[in-house]
Amino acid sequence: MAILSVRDLRAYYRTEAYGISRTVHAVDGVSFDLFPNEIYGVAGESSCGKSTLIKVISGNIKPPLKAYSGSVVYDNGLQKVDMLTISPEEMRRNIRWKEISYVMQGSMSVLNPVRKIIKTFEDIVDSHQGIQNKKAFREQVEAHINRLGLPTDVLDAYPHQLSGGMRQRVAIALATMFQPRLIIADEPTTALDVVVQRGVLQMLKEIQVESKNTVLLVTHDMAVHANVADRVMIMYAGRIVEEAPTKTIFKAPCHPYTKHLIGSLPMIGVRLIKTSLPGSPPNLSNPPSGCRFHPRCPMAMERCRMEIPEMVDIGEQHRVACHLVNGGTR
Amino acid sequence: MMVDGNLFDVQRVSVVFHIGGLLGGVKLVAVNDVSFTLSRENAEIFTIAGESGSGKTTLSRLLLGDLHPTTGKVFFEGRDLTEFRSRTELKAFIKKVQPVFQNPFETFNPLRRVEAYLFDTAFNFGVAHTMKEATMVVDHALQQVGLSLVEVSKRYPHELSGGQIQRISIARALIPRPRVILADEPVSMVDASLRMEIVNLFRKLRDEDKVSVIYITHDLATAYYISDRIAIMLRGNIVEAGPVEEVLVTPMHPYSQLLKESVPEPEPEDKDAWAKHISLGVTEVKEYNQLGCKFAGRCPHVMDICHQVDPPDIQIGQRIVKCYLYTNQAEERTRSTKIAEV
Repeated sequence: MAILSVRDLRAYYRTEAYGISRTVHAVDGVSFDLFPNEIYGVAGESSCGKSTLIKVISGNIKPPLKAYSGSVVYDNGLQKVDMLTISPEEMRRNIRWKEISYVMQGSMSVLNPVRKIIKTFEDIVDSHQGIQNKKAFREQVEAHINRLGLPTDVLDAYPHQLSGGMRQRVAIALATMFQPRLIIADEPTTALDVVVQRGVLQMLKEIQVESKNTVLLVTHDMAVHANVADRVMIMYAGRIVEEAPTKTIFKAPCHPYTKHLIGSLPMIGVRLIKTSLPGSPPNLSNPPSGCRFHPRCPMAMERCRMEIPEMVDIGEQHRVACHLVNGGTR
Repeated sequence: MMVDGNLFDVQRVSVVFHIGGLLGGVKLVAVNDVSFTLSRENAEIFTIAGESGSGKTTLSRLLLGDLHPTTGKVFFEGRDLTEFRSRTELKAFIKKVQPVFQNPFETFNPLRRVEAYLFDTAFNFGVAHTMKEATMVVDHALQQVGLSLVEVSKRYPHELSGGQIQRISIARALIPRPRVILADEPVSMVDASLRMEIVNLFRKLRDEDKVSVIYITHDLATAYYISDRIAIMLRGNIVEAGPVEEVLVTPMHPYSQLLKESVPEPEPEDKDAWAKHISLGVTEVKEYNQLGCKFAGRCPHVMDICHQVDPPDIQIGQRIVKCYLYTNQAEERTRSTKIAEV
């Protein structure tokens, strides 16, 4: 039973200025399911539509972004919520933080710089369910952060007094305060050092294993997905190109883009020459015809220029959108 | 002491910053007793690796002459950087040591065409005197990074991809024909599919154009991929330095070991070592002001002495390790012989 189903989602940015209208096809026909008790990784370069996808999933659609077609349904077993039509009030009262919470890249923007950490906890909890007894509330927060392995003195610190990794872990503690069923983590460790990144990701994984909820982990770093995610989806220019369990995607990648992403990663102890793809990611206001990867693809055929490849199942939970696989030469 | 035959000669430099008011305030040792050299004969890629707050950017400012050390000296081609006082002397120095910065979109003014910077550099450093000469110089520099003036001319920064614009900023640095390029996190803002082309470019500059590169990064995987030697910094100290093959494949300092283990490997089958639980510090200032080894608070092999006295630099083969664990393995060497040989 999927906790979140996305079907054929198309979300575009449309701007009109001085009589010139421009449409950016940021998410263009994306379908996938999230299941309970898994870490689902989303990988892709900048401007491939991952951030837009997250905005739509978390019900944060504001002009110029608009969802033109498709559906995003959140289903916690008791009720089904259509994330595209939900009212902001309903979202705030019943969904955000309680059912779906969000961990962002820069934790400084979640934490109020002029208020102690405990006050930020109070602010957020107060706006969602109200606080009757402050002392009891503090004990509750202390118990929560102790369970996550953080020292209680962070509660009385200001954000700038904490190290980057500690701030990011406080942001995760905030996001898990209400035991949400779905945690969306958008590049949670991108600005952090490797040792700190490891600590933060370990904590996220421990929370997931313990509470058996779902984590949607977005990062461009394939090596992070290899170590944390259960399933991985690769996006390129607003579309999903491949989706598979992590082991499959690293052992038997099918799409040329996935192969490149994995093949180009430098590794300590391996002295092979690695190369970049020619060209650069396409401009989404005017994407290439057919398969959007064809101008950079080393295996592009005539057909790739004309036809958009369909998503096909090629194995256990393994889907790929490429003409090579879809009745092509393979 | 003057050492000839070296491009850069960094001798026991320390930088102390005072944070806080006129009275009171705290001292922060951003760079502590750091020494290394860069050879004049053989172009090489030397990596300074460390996490944020390890002092690597302060060290790069020292090398650019932007900041003078509190103690110790930085020599470039045998001359102390603090001796360069006149404009011409400084210009002659900067001509040979060119920087490349982290975010290429911040290096270029969004309202100016990118080629304007290339022409400015050519004229300012006296590499070209006429427009015709400048066009040739600029085009040659762009060819070195795999672009051409035709592709770049009349373009604004937003019209170029991150990889292209970073290559242009490297081309700009190449115009004065430098001996050294100092690149501070040059690939961290570049997309994954374009990152390797920048890294490969540094390798080409070393092999074909004989330009040395000081590569400052926190990314150990690309550091291993391109560099010849590496120095690992922690809170202002170089804790381990030597050939990259030795330091990154079999790290000796417990901190280097932790760093290497923390680099996520793109191998989902083999993640047990990475998943081993680690503890993180609450604040960063604490480690800076700690006596003795800065890693003592997190080190699995910590001894009493680690908390009290700075560990000595110990030479083991071609590498130097700043750790008490290895005091029995090699005799501690005096500073002067070490400087001459590293």
